[in-house]
Amino acid sequence: MPTNTYLNAATTLKSWLLTRDHKRIALMYIAGITFFFGIGGFFAALIRLELVTPAGDLLTDETYNKVFTMHGVMMVFFVLIPLIPASLGNFLLPLMLGTKDVAFPKLNLLSFYVYLFGSLFTLYAIVAGGLDTGWTFYTPFSTVASTSAVVPAALGIFINGFSSILTGLNFMVTIHKMRAPGLTWFRLPLFVWALYATSLIQVLGTPVVAITIVLVAAERIFGFGLFNPAVGGDPVLFQHLFWFYSHPAVYIMILPAMGVVSEVIAGMARKQIFGYSFVAFSSLGIAIVGFLVWGHHMFVAGQSIYSALVFSVLTFIVAIPSAVKVFNWTATMYKGSISWQTPMIYVAGFIGLFAIGGLTGLFLAAMGLDIHVTDTYFIVAHFHYVMVGGAIMGYMAGIHYWWPKITGRMYNEFLGKVSAAIVFIGFNLTFFPQFIAGYAGMPRRYHAYADAYQVWNVLSSAGASILAVGFTMPLLYLAWSLKNGEIAGDNPWGAVGLEWNTTSPPPTENFHTQPIVTWDAYEYPTPVEGHVV
Amino acid sequence: MSDNHNQHHIVPLSTYYTIFLALMVGTALTWWVATIDLGAMNNVIMLTIAVTKATLVVLFFMHVKYSSKLIWLAVGGSIFFLLILIVLTLNDYMARGWYTFG
Ligand SMILES: [Cu+2]
Repeated sequence: MPTNTYLNAATTLKSWLLTRDHKRIALMYIAGITFFFGIGGFFAALIRLELVTPAGDLLTDETYNKVFTMHGVMMVFFVLIPLIPASLGNFLLPLMLGTKDVAFPKLNLLSFYVYLFGSLFTLYAIVAGGLDTGWTFYTPFSTVASTSAVVPAALGIFINGFSSILTGLNFMVTIHKMRAPGLTWFRLPLFVWALYATSLIQVLGTPVVAITIVLVAAERIFGFGLFNPAVGGDPVLFQHLFWFYSHPAVYIMILPAMGVVSEVIAGMARKQIFGYSFVAFSSLGIAIVGFLVWGHHMFVAGQSIYSALVFSVLTFIVAIPSAVKVFNWTATMYKGSISWQTPMIYVAGFIGLFAIGGLTGLFLAAMGLDIHVTDTYFIVAHFHYVMVGGAIMGYMAGIHYWWPKITGRMYNEFLGKVSAAIVFIGFNLTFFPQFIAGYAGMPRRYHAYADAYQVWNVLSSAGASILAVGFTMPLLYLAWSLKNGEIAGDNPWGAVGLEWNTTSPPPTENFHTQPIVTWDAYEYPTPVEGHVV
Repeated sequence: MSDNHNQHHIVPLSTYYTIFLALMVGTALTWWVATIDLGAMNNVIMLTIAVTKATLVVLFFMHVKYSSKLIWLAVGGSIFFLLILIVLTLNDYMARGWYTFG
């Protein structure tokens, strides 16, 4: 192990809590995200337990509403949104740019504490008072009917939003201003392009949802009537404002995961990414087109048919940049000397599951089919394939890929592979039956359902328990590796990229000498014809 | 990158007072217009005053008038982005009566 690392530079509690080191802040985010993932997972377990039987016997209808709301709020706002940018992004961005830290280190620390305060505030609000609106806060239920703790929960999410904005702003300035000499835009790793596109959405979109949530609170307290038809308002206006952010929010979750996938594929196939600039620009394309499609959440909400038609067409278009990425990754792997280690297995899982999630998204962009499955389990299955199958799988791939860089130690490769396989199997068993139940008409957000759907729900709940094992295992063997893992060395995968050119774990200042970049991203030696590695 | 923009532009205090005065006049105008019923023109006039005031704040109080092209790009991008929100939402509201089911 290197003698001077960011981990042993100072070891007091204060040196962690007041650190401005992006690497330590990243680790604190990982701890926070894991904590909220555990809480969100606990509520998911309650949902799956309730749905084992058709009768609503475990939880009352009102408790069930609160449970699925808590699951959604925790997972969306406190896990998936910060998932990769705030953790791996924070750790890797300055390393990949060959610089000491992000542009505004104090702001970075502030954004962590805003995250912590906002999310704990919301947690307290909805555990103490309960929240039954679903994570979507739909009006008029949230403004007129719900008697639960809407205002405190909204306030917590509002606070939390600033953390996301500050991180996005910080990353954009960092990418513009802090690149090492010689590191031009088209030499940047694709993970950095993905973070840039993500930051763009965070900075532009988050203020809109923050204001929208404030309007809901104001409507409850002062009775503005903005969303109330009785005084000339319109509840559908809330959906426009809400989905204007919340559709792009899906790309805040998935774009960084795509960035991770690009890095892992290049590193594990030991090849230059096929069509580098297409993959880079498809990230920006997704970020921009992603803002034009929100109305696909509102096909049955009473928007005009003309508007629904326009949103439907635009939604089909957003599939193009996503497909560009998948095709280019596949082309990159073609004839690569791929090493099938844990991160690569997660990436393979990502590609398969994201393909299903993305393609069912195209089903839902078609109005006729969407009207049939709106508010059914088909939707639930679709977005879990995107968010868990995409974002979480990408995160798991990234954590395993950069774990040796973060900690300086290797985890148990066999356990890594086994848990990746368990996650993949458990995930499909949990969510594929939901496609079938949903297509057959099972509505979401009820604690009781018709007997005909029971078989799919039993399968789904069984899958959820397997998935829980798959997610618990990494927690254990990664923790074990902290003390007992093999010393990883600076570059265990033999990957190129600036982050592998420093020690593992890196020193506080990241590099002992300022790197000067004279090469393109992913410049792997061309494999010799017929040579098997 | 933009070294020629790095020197601080000093704005005379009188400019700030003038802008402040203009904003106050705008506020008074808004209040006065609200007392007369102009029918369909109500919203148009109110929004025109509001947009003018916002533009003054952005240009002078936020120093955009004296800033680099990159800042102008960021401001322009944000306004374009706001227009997406407004246009695609109006796309719904303006077309509500066009077709109906059944
Ligand atoms: Cu969407």
